[in-house]
Amino acid sequence: MPALTPHQTVFALVTSLLAFFLVLELVRRRRLREEYSWLWLLTAGAMVLLVVWYRLLLVITHVVGAVTPLNTLLLCAVLFLFAIAVHYSVIISRLTTQVKNLAQELALLSSRIDQRGG
Amino acid sequence: MPAFNEAARIGRVLAGARAAVPDATILVVDDGSSDDTADVARAAGARVVRLPFNLGAGVAAQTGYKLAVRDGFDCVVQLDADGQHEPADIPTLLAPIVRGEADVVIGSRFLGGVAYRPGILRRAGMGLFRWLAWLMTGVRFSDVTSGFRAFGPDVVRFVATEWYPTDYADADVLITLRRAGFRLREEPVRMYPRAGGRSMHAGLRPVYYVFKMLLSVALAPLRNEPAIRKGV
Repeated sequence: MPALTPHQTVFALVTSLLAFFLVLELVRRRRLREEYSWLWLLTAGAMVLLVVWYRLLLVITHVVGAVTPLNTLLLCAVLFLFAIAVHYSVIISRLTTQVKNLAQELALLSSRIDQRGG
Repeated sequence: MPAFNEAARIGRVLAGARAAVPDATILVVDDGSSDDTADVARAAGARVVRLPFNLGAGVAAQTGYKLAVRDGFDCVVQLDADGQHEPADIPTLLAPIVRGEADVVIGSRFLGGVAYRPGILRRAGMGLFRWLAWLMTGVRFSDVTSGFRAFGPDVVRFVATEWYPTDYADADVLITLRRAGFRLREEPVRMYPRAGGRSMHAGLRPVYYVFKMLLSVALAPLRNEPAIRKGV
């Protein structure tokens, strides 16, 4: 299987490094919480790794039985998006419960205040 | 009594409840209504808790349980604010709990010679839930979608925790309570068709309801629910 051309390597490397540092920068400016950044950093890191260490991609392609390295990359992309979506669902579920409990707490407290006020 | 936009109907229900249980505290949990449900309820002498936005009947009911726990109430009777349930039946539901024969009493519209004929679709849905509940609990309930129920002290403390399925109440609640080891029983009550307003079982929601029931049937045995185990 042909290796990446220097042209492709440079483009892929620049793209994945940009992604990596974008996430880091968002965390630095506190626009993105650390706890939500790890999955993104992991992905950007994996992208860099696969570009630099192209043989690894070939090995993975062989292991999963994909025909071309491109198939492997697309598979990884889909799996990653799936993981992100599930991750968000988990977070949303937790937030929903917290909002529910807060709303109940607020309602109970304000009713207590109403009672005191007569 | 969870209520969502029931200003036109709740007054009559509150008057009935007051007459049936004069010494009880009547609590209305206003689930973020946009009409004056809360004012009507307050004027009728009920204690009112207002949720800041609409969170669903299950969450509203649980808010009531939480208040009951904090303010030290022993027993809770829950009924609909739309006039479907007959407040005069409240003592019927409470009696087995007071006698110590049950922890949870469900008001069933199908026990006894009470005339209530739901539509064919609703009957089919009820049949399905009944079958699922039987599958899950080994108990044949005649009315698993009833929101007219009474809880004893231990149950009130239990349903005020995160174990209470607020997402979709009735049948799921029966299954959860049964699995927690509480003694459930049914008593005949009167139920009336809705006098207007929107049922919570409208549109596509029954489909979701069936899905959720199936999911909890599948998952409940895999969950580590706390077993309170009281003479199961």
